[in-house]
Amino acid sequence: MYQSWGRYPHVTQDTAPLFWRGDAFPDTKNKSIIPHGLGRSYGDVCLNDGNVIIPMRNLNHFISFDTKTGLLTCESGVSLAEIIKLVVPHGWFLPVTPGTKFVTVGGAIANDVHGKNHHVAGTFGNHVKSFVLLRSDGNRLICSPNENSELYSATIGGMGLTGIILQATIQLIPITNNRIAVTSVKFKCLDDFFALSERFEKDAAYTVSWIDCMAKGKSLGRGHFMAGNHAGDEAGTVLTVPPDKGIPIPIDFPEFVLNNLSIKLFNTAYYHRQQVREKSFLADFNSFFYPLDSVLDWNRVYGKRGLLQYQCLVPYEDTSVIRSILQTISDSGQGSFLAVMKIMGNIPSPGIISFSGPGITLALDFPVTSNVLALFKKLDTIVRSAGGRLYSAKDSCMTAEDFKVFYPDWERLVKYIDPRFSSSFWRRVTGEAE
Amino acid sequence: MSKVCIIGATSAIAQAVARIYAGRRADLYLVGRDDSRLTTIADDLKIRGASSVQQFALDLTDYDRHDEMIARAWGTLGGMDVVLIAHGVLGVQDDCQKNFAEAKNVFDANFTSAASLLTLLANKFEAQKAGTIAVISSVAGDRGRKSNYVYGASKAAKTVFTDGLRGRLLPSGVNVLTIKPGFVDTPMTKDFKKGLLWASADGIAKGIVKAIDKKKDIAYLPFFWYWIMCIIKHIPERIFKKLSI
Repeated sequence: MYQSWGRYPHVTQDTAPLFWRGDAFPDTKNKSIIPHGLGRSYGDVCLNDGNVIIPMRNLNHFISFDTKTGLLTCESGVSLAEIIKLVVPHGWFLPVTPGTKFVTVGGAIANDVHGKNHHVAGTFGNHVKSFVLLRSDGNRLICSPNENSELYSATIGGMGLTGIILQATIQLIPITNNRIAVTSVKFKCLDDFFALSERFEKDAAYTVSWIDCMAKGKSLGRGHFMAGNHAGDEAGTVLTVPPDKGIPIPIDFPEFVLNNLSIKLFNTAYYHRQQVREKSFLADFNSFFYPLDSVLDWNRVYGKRGLLQYQCLVPYEDTSVIRSILQTISDSGQGSFLAVMKIMGNIPSPGIISFSGPGITLALDFPVTSNVLALFKKLDTIVRSAGGRLYSAKDSCMTAEDFKVFYPDWERLVKYIDPRFSSSFWRRVTGEAE
Repeated sequence: MSKVCIIGATSAIAQAVARIYAGRRADLYLVGRDDSRLTTIADDLKIRGASSVQQFALDLTDYDRHDEMIARAWGTLGGMDVVLIAHGVLGVQDDCQKNFAEAKNVFDANFTSAASLLTLLANKFEAQKAGTIAVISSVAGDRGRKSNYVYGASKAAKTVFTDGLRGRLLPSGVNVLTIKPGFVDTPMTKDFKKGLLWASADGIAKGIVKAIDKKKDIAYLPFFWYWIMCIIKHIPERIFKKLSI
């Protein structure tokens, strides 16, 4: 069963997997298709209700890896976890990584994912040297900043709509060991967060904050700020990859487990977990970048109803915008287990309609309930009037009107969309779903 | 360092096994029908750590070339520590019932070709006095079922052949391993509805390599298929013949 990570919306779709990168373009009669990697996007960008998805995980071969230059070419169904396992022992690391390593290279390009180093490294797309795109007319096009450059830009962040990415070449970054030198600072309010960002953004390759989104009043926006850099020689030269021993969650939790009280207790306990205001330590890359990957299938904690993520990007010169978003969430009483906030940088993505850009991004997870949907409506209003936008890879609720406001360049993408391609997401945000 | 030959190397299970041996820096020799797919796999295995990877493209029902292929593989590797015979087809039971030519294709692809390869390999291993011959059969060969008895018969023949060969090669110190996977989620089974009993090719591959390392005789994979087949084999025929399984 192929779903998205939020397990919402529920769809009925056929599958036509690609087995080899030399395979012909799949024949799905008159039904549209969308490629599907590991299904870690939260909403419906990887779903195609009533039509066909192309599972891509069989394309999981490495094609070339230059251990001297860190240039890696692999098929698009290779996961970031598989890349890490291969390249870390040779002293290389992903140039950009999202908060889970269980995504495919194709998915990382199609959603133009970003990570804790966006302020200095940009998006995943910034590090993709080239890729091969299979179009429904049977053409296999090499796309790079110099060759088919418009299709290159349309495909990065193009949500899989421009063709099937068969393989990609990525420039990795060098590391001397598998450790991250971390400084973790507890902050009491939103102003402290901005002060910390100011202090760390220049020197830290990675920054991210966890926010207690149920805190109110003076404590609004309290949380933990994490700044990290790849450790140098002082931390040794150990380049081993710790084995993945994820804890499986074999069942859907009953829905009463996650309620506002349990979420509030968790947030309060998590906030007070660190006794001292500031501490520095070495962490292995798994616990720094992928804390949630240690629990496999954590989406099942949300039960059968599924989960929704709300990730927005808003300008932060005017701090009242993010303050009013946090205030609205806090007032609603709808808690989120995991609220993550980060200041993004101004390195432009090559993508035409990439989510990333300068501003402050906030991501929150909620169970699917009517109260949460009502909260989203209120938040949408704030995001829209501030000139912000929502992240398509996380979204299942954005309206067609909002999409066109959030992504004013969306029509530039249209002419590069392959005529055989569509997705549940695309029909929803272009208004074809009605 | 080990010398491993994989026949039917483009199958999902065989690829997963090859990756484990690549991680152990083995020398690999891959045999399969499609040369470009073999190249895709060989490039990948070299990047994953294999000391060397050679390939030989061959339709395994081309019996006349078995001798040449095995001589080449044996010579290139300089003997073999492990050979894995992993090729096969599922066939379509309905078509086999209508047309014996279809059934014969299944027998050729699954059994006759393996018997030819095993005859040649057994003599080489017998003279070498060491190594493991591992053959992927199936739980489907343990008892005939109306829904897929043609495939089942081809696998039953493979099981019996390898069981006998095991006894013959015992005095030479050569181990013969019969592998019986249950349901595995691979391209071969893409049209099946998957449920709780289904395993991944990676999981099966780990089980295969472990069974080879431990010099086991028969490996049901995952292990619980031993107990399932134990029950299935003991259902009286007068009842079994009425079951729709």
